[in-house]
Amino acid sequence: MSSTPTIPPLTGTITVDAPVDQTFRTFTAHFGSWWPAEYHIGQAEMATAILEPRHGGRWYEQGVDGSECDWGRVLVWEPPHRLVVTWQINGQWQFDPDPEHASEIEVRFTPDGPEQTRVELEHRHLERLVDGQALREGIQGGGGWSALLEQFAKAAANQR
Amino acid sequence: MLGDPTRRAIFELLARHPSTVGELAQQLPITRSAVSQHLRVLKDGGLVISQAQGTRRIYRLNPEGVTALRAYLDRVWAEALTAFGKAAQTAPTDSEQEEP
Repeated sequence: MSSTPTIPPLTGTITVDAPVDQTFRTFTAHFGSWWPAEYHIGQAEMATAILEPRHGGRWYEQGVDGSECDWGRVLVWEPPHRLVVTWQINGQWQFDPDPEHASEIEVRFTPDGPEQTRVELEHRHLERLVDGQALREGIQGGGGWSALLEQFAKAAANQR
Repeated sequence: MLGDPTRRAIFELLARHPSTVGELAQQLPITRSAVSQHLRVLKDGGLVISQAQGTRRIYRLNPEGVTALRAYLDRVWAEALTAFGKAAQTAPTDSEQEEP
């Protein structure tokens, strides 16, 4: 009906007390060790999430039952300073293989001295995820985001 | 906007099901007028819409979803980066840390 409006990118910055190499490695090789397990898309509980360390690598979660769900792909692999991955989780909270619908996450790792690293994250092209109709149905029909938010709400409540 | 814990609680309750101000106030330790004030902020921010249903006014997440999606992902990243910061500072320099 109407064209999708642009959604401003999300940004986040954090400074960690670790050298840039180690910081990049923690982010990538040990992705599953820090990603909050409640944020996942598979039917099964998430066992871990894996970011394959190369250009074109897969980014996916592994369920406790061994099932796998893709999240995106590695677009830029420049250790230890820069990483760009796609986030292809759509409004139905499912992986969308269409590259036209892929949002992007760029992460930059900048040394702030020998033992400190600034990590800047940008999640952009969010409008590509909003296959408007799907998102509307997802929220109104009780699936998609609505179901995910419900899950999130439960998880958040359990932490109190 | 969702950095405020009460507003986040309201957002999460509405994600579960559309509600009136009274229904929200019953589930939260704040007054109806405080709920209304938070709802106004969420409405102005485009996260929430309201519809009249008879004499009741029902609040729900904005079905267009764009702002809600962005706000939601904003929370995801805020939490993920905090978790990452902790992991990065405690990670041994060169050992495997695979999940069990």
